[in-house]
Amino acid sequence: MILGVVPLTAYLLVASVLFVCGLACMATKRNGIGMLIGVELVLNGASLNLVAFSHYGSLGLDGQIAALFVIVLAAAEAAVALAIALNFYNNHLTIDVDRADELKH
Amino acid sequence: MEPETLRTSLIWLLTTAWLLPLASFVVLGAAGPWFRRTSRLPGYLATSAMLVGFGLSVSALTVWVASHQVELWGARQGEVRQAAHEAAHAGGVPAHHEAADSVDAAATTVHAGPGPSKLAVAGRYYTLAKIGPREISLECYIDGLTLVMFAMITLVASCIHVFALAYLQDELTEDHVDHEVHLSGNRHFHRPGRLGRFYTFLSLFCFSMLGLVLAGNLFQVFMFWELVGLCSYLLIGFYGERHTAGSAANKAFIVNRIGDAGFLIGLSILWTCFGVFHFANLDAGSPRLPGLFELDVNPALQASFLAGQNSNPPTADAPSADAVVSRNAGPFETLPGWLLTAAGLGIFAGCVGKSAQFPLHVWLPDAMEGPTPVSALVHSATMVAAGVYLAGRFDPLLTPDARIVIAYVGCLTLFIGATIAMVAVDIKRVLACSTISQLGYMILAIGVGGWLAGIFHLITHAFFKSLLFLCSGSVIHACGHEQNMTRLGGLHRKLPVTTWCTFVGVVAICGLAVPLLPPVPVFGPIAFSGYHSKDSILATLLAFASLNPSHSLLFLVPLLTAGLTAFYMFRMWYLTFFGTSRTTSPVEAEREASWCLKAPLCVLAFFAITIGMAGENGPLVGILGTAEPVRQMQLAGAVDPHWTLPTHLDIQRHHTQAGAAALCMAFGGTLLATLFYALNQVSARAIQQRFSRINDFLQHQWHFDDLYDVTVLQPLRRIAAACVWLDRCVLDPFLNGCARLVVSISGWDRRFDEAVVDGAVNLTAQAFWQAGRQLRFVQTGRLRHYVMSITVCVVAIFILLFLFLPGRS
Repeated sequence: MILGVVPLTAYLLVASVLFVCGLACMATKRNGIGMLIGVELVLNGASLNLVAFSHYGSLGLDGQIAALFVIVLAAAEAAVALAIALNFYNNHLTIDVDRADELKH
Repeated sequence: MEPETLRTSLIWLLTTAWLLPLASFVVLGAAGPWFRRTSRLPGYLATSAMLVGFGLSVSALTVWVASHQVELWGARQGEVRQAAHEAAHAGGVPAHHEAADSVDAAATTVHAGPGPSKLAVAGRYYTLAKIGPREISLECYIDGLTLVMFAMITLVASCIHVFALAYLQDELTEDHVDHEVHLSGNRHFHRPGRLGRFYTFLSLFCFSMLGLVLAGNLFQVFMFWELVGLCSYLLIGFYGERHTAGSAANKAFIVNRIGDAGFLIGLSILWTCFGVFHFANLDAGSPRLPGLFELDVNPALQASFLAGQNSNPPTADAPSADAVVSRNAGPFETLPGWLLTAAGLGIFAGCVGKSAQFPLHVWLPDAMEGPTPVSALVHSATMVAAGVYLAGRFDPLLTPDARIVIAYVGCLTLFIGATIAMVAVDIKRVLACSTISQLGYMILAIGVGGWLAGIFHLITHAFFKSLLFLCSGSVIHACGHEQNMTRLGGLHRKLPVTTWCTFVGVVAICGLAVPLLPPVPVFGPIAFSGYHSKDSILATLLAFASLNPSHSLLFLVPLLTAGLTAFYMFRMWYLTFFGTSRTTSPVEAEREASWCLKAPLCVLAFFAITIGMAGENGPLVGILGTAEPVRQMQLAGAVDPHWTLPTHLDIQRHHTQAGAAALCMAFGGTLLATLFYALNQVSARAIQQRFSRINDFLQHQWHFDDLYDVTVLQPLRRIAAACVWLDRCVLDPFLNGCARLVVSISGWDRRFDEAVVDGAVNLTAQAFWQAGRQLRFVQTGRLRHYVMSITVCVVAIFILLFLFLPGRS
């Protein structure tokens, strides 16, 4: 019932808020973990969109499958990113991403 | 022996004898670098090849004589008697009778009447080219002349090969000093010994000379003709470091080229008109065109092929004075007489060069720069005789006009040669001039129709002249290479063998005989070979002169020259071997003791005495007579308006008078030389001073060298100078201008390249470089910037898609 009450626009609004929050998080955080959290927020915003469209739009089950994919990808990405962060910390005793600019030089 | 077996065995024997020196040449040439300089092995190799060749030639000659039962004794006599008999029956028209009747029937089927000798065989090795019915091939033609020449060449060559082993012993060293070459600082030229090279060249020469004699067509003769010329060049220039030897070699080669140009012209005329080079087509069944000897030179002075095919042999009366049908060989049905004369004179020009006849005789005295064995072999016995041989071979085709030129050339040459020899002081030069003179006798004899006499003299001359040269070599060898007779003398005690061998040669060449004694049974008149051959030449000349009184000079000059010959030969003998010794270096008499030196002298002396025995009734003339060409003009009994050739009968009639006259002249010359140089009754110096102008003229060899210098060399040099001027002042500036133009054009081209093409390429590269540099700043290295740029891009793409993607509802 609740589903019928809450319109699609609300889902989209929440998703865009999540997305923008994630973006802002990625753009402002210097902490690597913080950036990772921003990425997760963006991905979740995208997943929410997919699920919402699968229910309201014509996507059907495809949207939900895509959302599952996004969750799995996010997990894998988090694993990789955390490993990188750990290694980075081991080498530089910090996880400040602004310090990770050696490839440029 | 069966004719076919005989043919095969003759060809095999002579071909082997011919190719053996080639094998020796190839082995010596290829293995030369591995022979030690001190080794006599090359000499032994070449000598044994020559000796085996001699054995083969002699066996070929024996087989041939035995199977044809050639009459060795008195063949001429019987023939002349028969001719006289026939002449009496035929009402005075002289007729020629073919030699020996006892010939195999199979061998005679092809040629009844005119044409090549019945006793000849021919074979073909290889066909070089075939153009329609014409063909050029390597083949052989063997008749009595070929066989005798083969035996003579191989024998003389063997003797000379052996002699050279001793004569060139100084070359058997790693460090030979050539005392004739003066380097700066009073030094002499040092070089390794060259015995191997000498024998290599000598082998090549023998191969070429035998090939020339064996050749079955004129083209092949020409090939080997050039080869012997080359060998002569190489051997004259054997001591190439001596300036004189080098220029003598060049002179010989270049002068011979002039004659060979004539030879080529003659060949071209024959090929154009007749389309054949081969002497005779002896194979009855072959479809080959008839050869040169089968041409019909008819009284109207027109030559053409004998009428009819070979399967239908022409009979003696077939050629008539009117039209004669030609085979399909050449464009001419009948050849105009003047063209045949030109062909004959062209071929004769080759002989003039090779046989050192006037006006191309100048090379032979200079050719004495070569080692003495070479002078003995190449420049007296064989190569220079090749010209006479060729003239003899070509005899059937000589027209009367050509003959008169040949006769006068020979006559002039024999006189010039003899007069130069009278004053020459170099022992080898005397012999060289005497060779020129004797060759003149042969050419003259062939010119006036004395084919047999000329060829007879060719063979006897080969023996006694090579003997004389080897004797001079022995003297030179013993006296430290002194050749000037004014610095020799008194050698007869120290070099007895050489002295008396020289005496044999001198007597032979002078034609002396013991007069008024009855002839010895087998040997004939008591005289050496030269007497017989010179006698028959003079008899021919006297017969000719009495038939044609306007040409009596052709008898008188040779008769006078016979006296001159005796004079200069005895002068040489007395000056060298008698009188006081005038040598500057000690005479190494023991050098004569070597058997390698003595044996060839004795062998050649033996042959110089005996080869002509019994004269015109002897075996040599008997064998040569079978090869004598039959002249169509005589057969037809034609009387040429200008002159007549003597027949054998005429010659026989004049034999006694000519012989007596020649003998008187020879004794006169001998006596004069004895008075001058042995008894010193007359001072030769006083006579020379009295006639100093003549003496000067003769000393300078009739100024021929000066004449050629003025008429040929100086104009040539002037032309060359003009050409140089043209080159330097016209052609060079023109070419330089062209080059400069090209250089300036390419300069401009370079600028265009650098400015436009390179500029465009560089500009492009610069642009990319700059773009790269600018884009570098986009990469900040800050993660957040990348994230933001991704975001911005995604949003931008989204907006663009949203705005512009087609199909959006």
